[in-house]
Amino acid sequence: MKNIRVIPLLHIKGPNVVKPVQTEALRIVGDPKELAEKYYQDGADEIIYLDIVASLYQRSFDFDLLKSVSRDIFVPFTVGGGIRTIQDIKNALRVGADKVAVNTHAIKNPDFLKEAARVFGSQCVVLFVEAKKIEEGKWEAYTDGGREKTGLDAVEWAKRGVDLGVGEILITSIDRDGTQKGYESELVSAITSWAPISVIAHGGAGDFQTAEDVILRNKADAIALSSSFHYKNFSVKELKERLFSKGIDVRL
Amino acid sequence: MLDSKNMGNHRIAIIDYGLSNLYSISKALGRFTDNVFITDELSGLNSADAVVLPGVGAFEEGMKGLEARGLTEGIKKFAISGRPILGICLGAQLLLSKGYEFGVFDGLDLIKGEVVKFPEAVKEKIPHIGWNEIYPPESGQWNKTIFDFSGKKANMYFIHSYIMKPEKSENILALTSYAGFEFCSAIRQKNIYGCQFHPEKSAEQGLGIIKNFVGLV
Repeated sequence: MKNIRVIPLLHIKGPNVVKPVQTEALRIVGDPKELAEKYYQDGADEIIYLDIVASLYQRSFDFDLLKSVSRDIFVPFTVGGGIRTIQDIKNALRVGADKVAVNTHAIKNPDFLKEAARVFGSQCVVLFVEAKKIEEGKWEAYTDGGREKTGLDAVEWAKRGVDLGVGEILITSIDRDGTQKGYESELVSAITSWAPISVIAHGGAGDFQTAEDVILRNKADAIALSSSFHYKNFSVKELKERLFSKGIDVRL
Repeated sequence: MLDSKNMGNHRIAIIDYGLSNLYSISKALGRFTDNVFITDELSGLNSADAVVLPGVGAFEEGMKGLEARGLTEGIKKFAISGRPILGICLGAQLLLSKGYEFGVFDGLDLIKGEVVKFPEAVKEKIPHIGWNEIYPPESGQWNKTIFDFSGKKANMYFIHSYIMKPEKSENILALTSYAGFEFCSAIRQKNIYGCQFHPEKSAEQGLGIIKNFVGLV
């Protein structure tokens, strides 16, 4: 048996949780510590914490905020946004991260993934792929919170990441993020169809059906959601109970 | 109730032998006792009343990390002294005799057994990442151990590619099934405990194990 993981994802900007819609139009959602603790208490299997401006402005990560947010969270905590050095990863692990998600810096310097996996183990390194559709069945990888094109094919880049030793893939659809119109099913399938490691689908979760579909049809190993939880479409617990009622194994 | 910190003044050392999510384990122990410290020195280890050996990464790197800090013999002596020791993930694997990750390497040999890769026959993704149930090989086996959950089902968080294979079945404290493949998810020999999963990351039930471990001290 394998339990599907349900993972609230927090976009952090300054001291706030915000919610981008297709990476733009930020809305302040709330306090990171309060939200993280609420989701933890409600049965979140992990938490993903992405600083969405650290990478863009080459700003260093706010480790003090991370430490305070992670303090009372006793499930795995994945941290991303602006991770550029081995020292950044050490610092993140010292203040409550269990894994790091890397995008921008890995695209500029793919060997960073290899080095990070060698030093901290594959299990610690999540490849964060931000993908935007360019034509039917093709997606381009973006960096810097979905703002910068890379010219790389997102699926090929994910394959490269696996070869370089990452332990998981977090795939975000830039086109769907914040829209609540459903996960981008073809994109998720384009990764899960070959990936030998876990794939976390993100971007577009709306109602229960969108979550069920990406698990049952597109074979996501884990689902990340933000808007649906932030705007109280349903709670973590309600979603997991619903998935369970549909025959999907989850931790209850 | 989980927040009660009435465990006395005994000191618990977390061994820092390189790169680990040390804050995660220290804050979990910190829920139940104020007497937790992180050390990478033999003197620190020897002054402790109980030890937690955390760890992420590869088997060889783990043993090298202990060796480089002159801690290998110290941990063996600590365990033989009868004081409680808890290995987590790689820290649990190191308690066994040998590891087969990227070569063959000697472990601490405190419990006889080996650390091997998940067999090819397992038709699921490796690393195994996620929440799975742990259960005792025989009912009642958890009584008076740190796994005493009063019979409740326990789900724990796993993240690993290698599994522990103790030589003697009596050293198997818990089993877990992943995609139909049953493996040893916790080991024990008297005062020595090892968990393949991460109790410090396994919500309230995992904290129950941490609490019980603190209670041994």
